[in-house]
Amino acid sequence: MAVTNAPVDPAPIGFLEEKAHRLRRHMVKMASGKGQGYLGQGLDIADLLAALYFYEMRYDPADPKWPERDRFLLSTGHYSIGLWAALVECGTLRTDELSTYGGDGSRLDMSTLDSTPGVEMTGGSLAQGLGQAVGVALAHKLDKRDAKVFVELSDGELQEGSTWEAAMAGRQFKLDKLVAFIDCNGIQADGKLVLDVEPVADKWRAFGWDTMEIDGNRMAEVVAALQWARVERGVPKAVVMRTVPGKGIPTLEKREKAHFVRVGDDEWGAIADELEKTRG
Amino acid sequence: MAKAGTTLGMGVSEAVAGNFIMAPFGKALAEVARNRPEVLGLTADLGKYTDIIPFAEAFPDRYLNVGMAEQNLIAVAAGLAKTGKMPYCTTFGVFATRRAYDFICIACAHSNLDVKIFAALPGITTGYGSTHQAFEDTALMRAIPDVTVIDPCDATEIMQVTHAAATIKGTVYVRIQRGNVPVVLDPKTYRFVPGKAQRLRIGKDVGVISTGLMTARALEAAERLAKDGLNVSILHVPSLKPFDADAVRAFAASVPRIVTAENHVVSGGLASLVVEALYDGGLHRPLTRIGLPDRFPECGSVPYLQEKYGLSVDGVVKAIRG
Repeated sequence: MAVTNAPVDPAPIGFLEEKAHRLRRHMVKMASGKGQGYLGQGLDIADLLAALYFYEMRYDPADPKWPERDRFLLSTGHYSIGLWAALVECGTLRTDELSTYGGDGSRLDMSTLDSTPGVEMTGGSLAQGLGQAVGVALAHKLDKRDAKVFVELSDGELQEGSTWEAAMAGRQFKLDKLVAFIDCNGIQADGKLVLDVEPVADKWRAFGWDTMEIDGNRMAEVVAALQWARVERGVPKAVVMRTVPGKGIPTLEKREKAHFVRVGDDEWGAIADELEKTRG
Repeated sequence: MAKAGTTLGMGVSEAVAGNFIMAPFGKALAEVARNRPEVLGLTADLGKYTDIIPFAEAFPDRYLNVGMAEQNLIAVAAGLAKTGKMPYCTTFGVFATRRAYDFICIACAHSNLDVKIFAALPGITTGYGSTHQAFEDTALMRAIPDVTVIDPCDATEIMQVTHAAATIKGTVYVRIQRGNVPVVLDPKTYRFVPGKAQRLRIGKDVGVISTGLMTARALEAAERLAKDGLNVSILHVPSLKPFDADAVRAFAASVPRIVTAENHVVSGGLASLVVEALYDGGLHRPLTRIGLPDRFPECGSVPYLQEKYGLSVDGVVKAIRG
C-alpha cells in the first residue's frame, strides 16, 4: 500500500497552511495543560511538519512501522511537542492524549522516546539524529529501497562535532534520498546562539551537500524545497530554514527567553486567541 | 610473548605463545555473515587494527568505514540497526567508550538496538600508552542498562562470542584480543554460553574467579601451583553483564579463599561484581584482587606493564599463594 497523506500536485498551499495552524493549536493545548514546554521550537517547525506529514511523506498513520515508509527523524528531541501535534493530527496518536504532554506516565514526553508510535528516534541528547539518519538511508541504499529519509536538526546542533562527522559520511556514501532540514531559529539553551554557526548554507555546500536556503515559515517555500529535494543528484540535500521561535503567536515571537516557555495559568487564553487572530 | 622493553607495531599481536589463531574475530564474523545477510561490518579507520579484514575481504560490499569518527560510527550503526541490519562495529575500546559513550547509551542501548561493538586493546594488551589501553571500559559499559558486556579468554572464545553476539538481543560490547591470539580453551569441548560462568578447574585450596585473558593466566598459574601441592579452582566469567551471581556465590562457597583476576582496573569490573554478589548473598571469604590500580598506567611494553601490575603468570601465582 503506497500511502501518502498528500493531495496530488499542484501543492495545496492553503490546505497545508491550515494544517500547520491546526498543529500550532494542538501545541498550545499541550503546553497549556502542563503550563510550560518547548513551545517556541514546536511552533517554528509547524510549517515543515505540516508539509512533511500532509504533503510529502509516504507514511501510513495506522501503520507507523510500515517498512516501505519514508522516515522523519527529529534530532532535536525537545521539539517533541511539534511531532506530537503532527502525529495526533494525522491519526497515529489520539487527540485526547494532547493534555498529557510532559505528564506522569504520558507517551508524549517533553523529549521524544521512540517507544511512542510514529517516533523514529529517541532524542534529547543533541546531535545524534543526523548520524542515525545516515545509517537509515544507508540501509535503504544497501537494500535498494526507494524510501526517503528526512531529518531535522537545529542551528545549535551545528556546534556539536558529531553533526559534521555525519555530514561527511552522508556525502561519502552518496545518500541522495537523505534530506536534512536545518532549523535556524537563532536560539539555544543559554539564549541567542552563543557560538556563531554562520554561514550555515556555505558550510553544508562545503561538505558536499546540495543546499538551498528558505524561509521555513512560508509554506510555499517549504513546499518548493521539498519538490527540489525530490531530484536525485548523487549527494544528500540540506535545506537551511530560517524560522522564528514562537511563530504564529506574536507575544512568544517577541520573547527573549524562548528556549523553554512558561506562561501563567491566566495567560493561556490570550495566547490561544493570538494564534487564532494571526491566522485570521 | 614479546620481549620486555619492546613495543611491537600497531598491527602486531603481543601474545604469540603456543597455538594461536590469526584474527579470530574477523574470521568468525565472515562465518556469521554467510548465514546472516543482515550482518554488516563497520569501523572507524581501524579496520586493519581490529582484525575485521577477513570479513571485509569476504564481503566487501558489506564493509563500511566511516573514517576517524567514533560517535558517527555508533550513530550510523544505530540507524542501520533500526532499519533491519545487524552492524558489527570495531574500534579500540578506549574510543568506543570514552568517545562514543553517549551514543552507545542513548542511540543504541536505550532503543535496545542490535549493535555489536567489538573493542580491541582491552586493559594492558598494547604498549601504546594509556590513551590506547581500555582499562576502565567494563566499568563504563556495565553501568548502561540492557547492554551485554563480554570479556573472552582466548581465540576459541572470541570466535564463539562473535557467533553468539548475533543471537543476543540488543547492544553487545565485547573486548577482543587481536592478531595472533592464543588458543587456550579447547574448541572441541568448550562452549560459551551467554550470561553463564564456567568452572574450568576444580581444587580445594583457593578459588580464582577470572575473566578475559586473565583466565588463561590463571590456568597456567594453577598448573604451576599444582606441582607444589596447591590445588586451585577456577571459575571463568566471560559475561560481566549479565553477571552470573549465582554461579559466583556457589563457587565461592566451595573454597576457603578467593582471588579475582581481571585485565581492568579493580574498581567497577569483575572484582566489584564479585564483592557485590557475595555481599548480597551474605557470604564472606578472604579476597585478593588482581587487576590494574586506580591510576593511569605508566609508559612501557606489555610484558613490562603486565609484570608491574601483577597480571603476568608470576603475578597470579604470587597472589594465589597469598
